[in-house]
Amino acid sequence: MSRYDAIVAGGGHNGLVTACYLARAGLKTLVVEKNDWVGGAAVSRSLHPGFTYSNCSYVSSLLRPEIMRELELPKHGLQILPYEGGAVFMKGGGYLAMYRDHEANRREFARFSPRDAESYDRYSRDVLRHCRFIRPLLLRTPPDPTSFRPRDLSELAFLGRKLFAMPEKDIYAMIRFWTMSISDFLDEYFETPVIKAYLAVSAIIGTALGPMSPGSAYVLLHHYMGDVDGNIGAWGFARGGMGSITQALMASFKAAGGEVRTGSGIEKILVRNGRTTGVALANGDEFTAPLVISNMDVKRTFLKHVEERDLPPAFVKSVKRFKIRGSSGKVNIALDALPRFPALPDDSPCIRGDMHFTDSIERLELAYDDWKAGHFSRDPFLDMMIPTTTDPTMTPPGKHFMSCFVQYAPPKIEGRDWTDADRDAFGQTVLNQIEEYSPGFKKLVLHAEVRTPRELEAEVGLTEGNIFQGELTFDQLLFNRPVPGYAQYRSPIEGLWMCGSSTHPGGGVMGAPGRNAAAEILRSLKKPAAMGEAYAVL
Amino acid sequence: MPSCDAIVIGGGINGLAAAGRLALSGAKVTLLETAPELGGMATLAHLCMGLDPRLEKSLALADHGLVWAERNVSSTALSPDGNHIVLKGAFAETVEGSLSAEDRRAWTSLRDTLLRNAALLAPFKAMPPPRLARDHGTPLLDLLRNGLALRRMGRDNLREFLRLMLINVADVLDDELADDRLKGLIAFDTVLGHHAGPRSPNSLLGLYHRISSEVNGQQGAIALPRGGVAAVIAALAGAVRARGVTIQTGARVKAITAEDDRVQSVTLESGEIFTTSLVVSALHPATTLLSLVGAPVLDTGVVRNVRNIKSRGSTAKLTLTLQGKPDFHGADLRSRLVIAPSVRAVEEAFNAVKYGAFSEAPVMELLLPQAFSTEPDLGRHTLSALVQFAPHDLRMGWVKGKPAFLKAIMKQLEHFAPGIGKQVIAADLLTPHDIAQHFGAPGGQWHHAELSVEQMLFLRPGVGLAQYATPVRGLYLASAAMHPGGGVNGSAGWNAAGHALAKGGAA
Repeated sequence: MSRYDAIVAGGGHNGLVTACYLARAGLKTLVVEKNDWVGGAAVSRSLHPGFTYSNCSYVSSLLRPEIMRELELPKHGLQILPYEGGAVFMKGGGYLAMYRDHEANRREFARFSPRDAESYDRYSRDVLRHCRFIRPLLLRTPPDPTSFRPRDLSELAFLGRKLFAMPEKDIYAMIRFWTMSISDFLDEYFETPVIKAYLAVSAIIGTALGPMSPGSAYVLLHHYMGDVDGNIGAWGFARGGMGSITQALMASFKAAGGEVRTGSGIEKILVRNGRTTGVALANGDEFTAPLVISNMDVKRTFLKHVEERDLPPAFVKSVKRFKIRGSSGKVNIALDALPRFPALPDDSPCIRGDMHFTDSIERLELAYDDWKAGHFSRDPFLDMMIPTTTDPTMTPPGKHFMSCFVQYAPPKIEGRDWTDADRDAFGQTVLNQIEEYSPGFKKLVLHAEVRTPRELEAEVGLTEGNIFQGELTFDQLLFNRPVPGYAQYRSPIEGLWMCGSSTHPGGGVMGAPGRNAAAEILRSLKKPAAMGEAYAVL
Repeated sequence: MPSCDAIVIGGGINGLAAAGRLALSGAKVTLLETAPELGGMATLAHLCMGLDPRLEKSLALADHGLVWAERNVSSTALSPDGNHIVLKGAFAETVEGSLSAEDRRAWTSLRDTLLRNAALLAPFKAMPPPRLARDHGTPLLDLLRNGLALRRMGRDNLREFLRLMLINVADVLDDELADDRLKGLIAFDTVLGHHAGPRSPNSLLGLYHRISSEVNGQQGAIALPRGGVAAVIAALAGAVRARGVTIQTGARVKAITAEDDRVQSVTLESGEIFTTSLVVSALHPATTLLSLVGAPVLDTGVVRNVRNIKSRGSTAKLTLTLQGKPDFHGADLRSRLVIAPSVRAVEEAFNAVKYGAFSEAPVMELLLPQAFSTEPDLGRHTLSALVQFAPHDLRMGWVKGKPAFLKAIMKQLEHFAPGIGKQVIAADLLTPHDIAQHFGAPGGQWHHAELSVEQMLFLRPGVGLAQYATPVRGLYLASAAMHPGGGVNGSAGWNAAGHALAKGGAA
């Protein structure tokens, strides 16, 4: 039996971020991971000879720059390559191109509607203003509005000051934005269906909401508040696949003296007299530590790996009703050659970006209605990318890796578990949709990995296959995330902490929950100086 | 040229409430209503789900003939196999019928939570929405008092209050209850009159809006006035007349004239002009500001904010004249009958309007007023129904769509009351489009402006317009589009007049 200062349960990116900070503060830290590899949902896997897949998360933007610099991730091999805009293919052969250049987009919008081109400036300015408000909040622990503790009060006062520093009409605009549906929000700016469809998708990716659901505009922000090299809202590929992020984190962790054990997951988080004493692994190993930090989602942590009798009943009830319905799947494809899309000019840079086939908000909403009824979408939304057009290291020369994020896919099919036949039908639906816009596409497919919420749960351990470890609705955000009263990374068990995306500010390969948890833990150990102040303020 | 201290435009419940409050302050008030009859959209309602007590008391409506036929109308969740449950008392205090002991316990506890949370919101309805800026006359003391009430509820309750503030009703019901009939009914009540499905985030606020209101001092009650909702309007009209208000019906306003951003006069279609320095309009803000005042008088930002007001109506009203009493598998007809068999049924009924179609299996609330009457049964019965969901802009067009929608409603009714189709002598269906036409309410939306979070409190009906005042001095907004929203309660009108008076009114 070995002793540690801290054990991190789960080697996803947040677990590794927490582990890095703790190790750097001088704690003897162990990361335990059930799979034979670390990375959680930020991994590069070789599933077809010669091909590297980003088989879960597939693009990066939200990873906080503080984390990148403080943990020296570039030194440990991480390189983010920004990608060119993208395209929406339309029924009937047309397409909307998107570029990295605002002016080019403006001209592209003007092709459809001069009014929309004009609105685009106002839209970009308004959304950026909302991003500007929220970005500094990502690396702060949410205050408890029911508490009178000085730290909570001063944090509330900070938020109040920040809010009231804005002109009155901007405050209203922001509250409206936070509560509206993306569909209603876009209606205030644009009239062209395909433009609205392109802009709306960021508001539904990963969530169990449709574009007409109130609150979806906030999710848009969740995808816009990142940056690549200070370029707000930009997205990029991690060179070598998303696993490069977690590999760099692991290297940074090991350089700080950390220890990683893979191949056997947590069986039990050990608790004695209301405080944790360590963990017992599935293979029988036991490790003791006064601190255990769970990277697993809140349901998995407390309903599977902690005895119910060790928890307050009200807490268990809250955890049970935490909403974590998965809404998406993934189809990862090895391609013999770059597919052709007749709608796109041959030299279009758009093929290097995100490509969609959903050309109206209504089609997106209809896809959501299928999810509500317990089916995968018959006409799904695809966020399709070919990272190898930017990063050739992932495949043999001339071959390509294609990543298709697919929405919607429910955690269960009409209340029953997914079967292999369901999964295959789901995969076929996706391939058929691509084939429709790229005749001959299917002949290029060398291998395809189809992942439904069932596979995401089984492999990555994301309950119900929810990629954010919990839905991003207001009843589960800020001081309500994951559950009211426990939004500050602590759990009811002393020494047991949470650092996964179930906690504020949520998922998206951001690392913020991991860093915030580390900050709280070090503060509780009276070592706050071990961490720098967050500085990503626009 | 007649002149008066104040002109109130619109003779619906909010116009009447505003006129009453202005008259109580001693002003000489003229109320102008386009239609030959008073009442506006309140005439569509068949039950009273909250009547502002300030109005009822100050104007002594009881002295003007308001009598309650039933102070607590029960609700029956209809089941197609006759296995109904009946909810009795204010907001379903007790449930009769086959409901598991577990659900009974869970409902009692959920009901307590919902009523407690809704009660906390009630005081906010009686005050003008605060402004989120310093030095803008925000009633800080009131806010502080209401804020303290939140703190006093205890930490666990406060946490639960905050969690449930912006949540969807479907998740809450699924978390706490098992019975589809009970869940379907509560889900239906939550979205009645709203452009939302039970699964739409924030939908629970719709229920809070209803059960934070009271009738006869009973929070969450549903009451039936003797003579129907028309009796409330009649009593209110009598009360305001008694206080000196001149009511002109058949008087359509053509323009509100302003000079130097100050109200000067109101011109009728007939050419008649009233000079006044105070106008309180209970018409939709878009009608008031864009049609009557006119965009050229206003600033760009104001016009944009008004145009962005969302007013999608999705509730239709059906009145059936029946030969004989209908039979809903033995359900007691002295009850509000609700067809909403499950949360999913309500959600799927909502799905249709997102795409400009009506629901093929609509959910609805039914009332047979004669069942509450002591008059002898003369063989003919009126069935009044509020039906969801149908859009204002039907894609197939309402000319073709109306008979098709009626057919869908009748099919659904037949499912719950076999043989009812044969009893129908006459059917009068008002779609949201009809409602918009008849009552001049854009979109045909019950609350004029949709009651969604981004159009609530200081955002209602739009940015910069929430405090009843407009950029035109002396012109105030009093419609259901204003805080705290619609329903037959008169709160918006009462608040608006109060605010106009506090601001010096005409002065």
